[in-house]
Amino acid sequence: MTSTGLGLRDRVTRLVEAATTPLLPRDYLDLFIPLRSGADLRGKVVAKRHETADAVTVVIKPGRGWREHVPGQYIRIGVDVDGVRQWRAYSVTSDRAATDGTISICVKAIPDGKVSTHVVRELQPGTVVQLDQATGEFTLPAQRPAKALFVTAGSGITPVMGMLRNHLDELPDAVLVHSAPTADDVVFGPELRAMAASGRLRLVERHTERDGFLKPAELADLVPDLHERTTWACGPAGLLEALEEHWAAEGIADQLLIEQFRPRVLVTGEGGSVTYNKTGTTVESDGATPILDAAEEAGLIMPSGCRMGICYGCVLPLREGAVRDIRNGELTVAAPGDGVLVQTCISAAAGACDIDH
Amino acid sequence: MTALQKKSDNPVAHLSAEDVEEIGRRLDTIRQEVVDSRGADDAAYIRKVIDVQRKLELASRAVLLLSKFPPAWIIGTAGLSVAKILENMEIGHNILHGQWDWMRDPKIHSTTWEWDMASPAEQWKHSHNELHHTYTNVIGKDNDLGYGIMRVDEDQKWIPLYLAQPLWNFVNACFFEYGIAAYDLELGKNLATKERRNDPKFKAAAKQVLKKIRKQATKDYLVHPALSGPSFVPTLAANFVANLVRNLWSHSVIMCGHFPEGVETYEKTSIEGETRGEWYLRQMLGSANISGSKAMHTMTGNLSHQVEHHLFPDLPSNRYAEIAPKVKAIFDEYGLRYHTASLPKQVASAWHKVFRLSLPNGWMAATTAKNAPEQVALLYKLTTGGPKVRRVYDRAQRISATRARQATEAAAAA
Ligand SMILES: Cc1cc2nc3c(=O)[nH]c(=O)nc-3n(C[C@H](O)[C@H](O)[C@H](O)COP(=O)(O)OP(=O)(O)OC[C@H]3O[C@@H](n4cnc5c(N)ncnc54)[C@H](O)[C@@H]3O)c2cc1C
Ligand code: FES
Repeated sequence: MTSTGLGLRDRVTRLVEAATTPLLPRDYLDLFIPLRSGADLRGKVVAKRHETADAVTVVIKPGRGWREHVPGQYIRIGVDVDGVRQWRAYSVTSDRAATDGTISICVKAIPDGKVSTHVVRELQPGTVVQLDQATGEFTLPAQRPAKALFVTAGSGITPVMGMLRNHLDELPDAVLVHSAPTADDVVFGPELRAMAASGRLRLVERHTERDGFLKPAELADLVPDLHERTTWACGPAGLLEALEEHWAAEGIADQLLIEQFRPRVLVTGEGGSVTYNKTGTTVESDGATPILDAAEEAGLIMPSGCRMGICYGCVLPLREGAVRDIRNGELTVAAPGDGVLVQTCISAAAGACDIDH
Repeated sequence: MTALQKKSDNPVAHLSAEDVEEIGRRLDTIRQEVVDSRGADDAAYIRKVIDVQRKLELASRAVLLLSKFPPAWIIGTAGLSVAKILENMEIGHNILHGQWDWMRDPKIHSTTWEWDMASPAEQWKHSHNELHHTYTNVIGKDNDLGYGIMRVDEDQKWIPLYLAQPLWNFVNACFFEYGIAAYDLELGKNLATKERRNDPKFKAAAKQVLKKIRKQATKDYLVHPALSGPSFVPTLAANFVANLVRNLWSHSVIMCGHFPEGVETYEKTSIEGETRGEWYLRQMLGSANISGSKAMHTMTGNLSHQVEHHLFPDLPSNRYAEIAPKVKAIFDEYGLRYHTASLPKQVASAWHKVFRLSLPNGWMAATTAKNAPEQVALLYKLTTGGPKVRRVYDRAQRISATRARQATEAAAAA
């Protein structure tokens, strides 16, 4: 664009802003075209289909600002549950070759889970949800591995499904060991079995109600050439921990990549009152509740991301006080003026705290 | 009203300390019930109101592009007036109270909202939420009592300036949004001395207000008229009228909240060490409701439920109507006056007080057709005679008030 063109555009923008002050033009545009480019990223739910009794695939048409994702990555979605905006992370499962411009995620309902239960049971096609661009390191390298192993359990299949749908043909030798209570509980079961039937994937299904939980030692029998493989694992914390230990013991820790859906909570802090200096709010927080959750519960708008300690989207300065990392019990203490940066999603109060927010 | 503590017929004398705390507990329960049941319907309500308001504003401004045609002028001005009222009352005022913060929607949140009003949200939240709602009707603490320019209580000392207060009040009503901005800036106090005038904090705040006023005025009196081309002047007039209508309306509604005759006021010392129950009680007797239709409630931003709003300023406004009967039941059970009347009645009552108190205490009551000439002469003397003359008059008034009280008490005892 020429410089005069830019100048004209700027002037028009300024004029429209002068006509809408104190609101912005976008506050009015959002009423009519919420998915336009330049708007906050949002998406419209276009379809929902059941994968198992308690897991659904949600097909979303993202707004114009959506940038491509890399299979294996996750997005954050903001859904209003009982009128309250809740943000959660979900892996993108869709095939990028789909040309209708949609993406999909697969959500498994967790008993008493606020967002997952809502998405599975209540969310209606047509609803507009808030979105964030895809992010995450749990992806395939550009140089595809000659031999790949995927170890998943339950909803942990989702990021791997994203990789398989998009890149299975680029993987000369891929094995998937997946655990679920029964054959019917296997999310994407028919599709995985079809991939296996076509000879492109070796699928090992473990039905834990009959066979018990998978032990890492058994993996060596199921996949004898485990040492030669790069492994991607996603599932419950217990499984991932066991795999990490096993891979470390075998001296191949660098060949294992894991994706975790929840922080492993080790300890609880002492609790205390947390004050947010800019809003003047004080919240009583117990030692098991992350500062992030306690603040949101009190109606504060907090920065957040993965909500499990990996993305640093929730970091705020601790002006004074002490917090404990609920994953490992580590204590962080700030003297007045320190402004130590803490991750609020995995930090619980360990005494009175003053947060710069 | 005389401060409650000085009244002969103290309306809370019959309550024990335990009663007051029990009232507090019951009100807490009502509050909790609403908090526990806030949900998708409430969220849908406020989003709907915002949606309707913005579309109405857009449509009205579009119609005003042709405002040189009288029907377009009338429709556009009426629509814009309603849109501006909704924006200030049901939307802005209530969002800035944090009534919708629980939704965690950053676009509908007290920390991010800005409104179509001369006073910037930040400054208004301080003077309104922190001062007025905390110190409601406490003489000398709650500047909303007369906004610093009027005498609305017997206990505020009379000076001749107040003779003109009906006029001040009318002018304030017409330009209410600027009155509020000046009030939030504590302009009177801050312009009084050189030191205060030069205080960097005051200067920054004043600059912020001027910037906001400039933007607001540019929008209504330059940009939209200019967009209307040949309809420049009619659109400018329409916007002026819409602002005027909004100002008169919100001023009336707000006057009804605390100024009608019979609303209680409090002495400064009475709130020291105040318990939660006592705080509730002060709000209960210090506010007045307006009765009317659902549309009227919406247009007042549900400030027609002033009693409920003052008890629970941060509950969503759409729920006040539902809790009002429960709140009233508590008033009834404890023999307290639930102050409510129609809009015309409350407005008249508030104006009556403005006129009555523009005159020295007791003057209006003592004046009859027969003694009018002497009374006028007395008023002239009080106005021109200086503080000493007024002190003598005040003392005489106080003595006769005490005598009257003793007489009623004696009569009651007998
Ligand atoms: C990077 C990343 C990717 C993710 N991808 C997916 C995905 O593709 N599909 C998917 O279904 N979920 C995925 N999750 C998990 C998802 O973000 C939510 O944590 C999950 O849906 C639970 O949220 P909720 O609001 O329903 O539960 P909450 O109301 O937050 O929690 C309710 C209770 O359930 C417990 N709980 C939370 N999560 C789990 C869990 N996974 N298993 C057992 N108990 C739990 C909590 O400790 C709490 O006690 C992912 C998480 C991350 C961090
Ligand atoms: S939200 Fe990702 S680290 Fe806290």
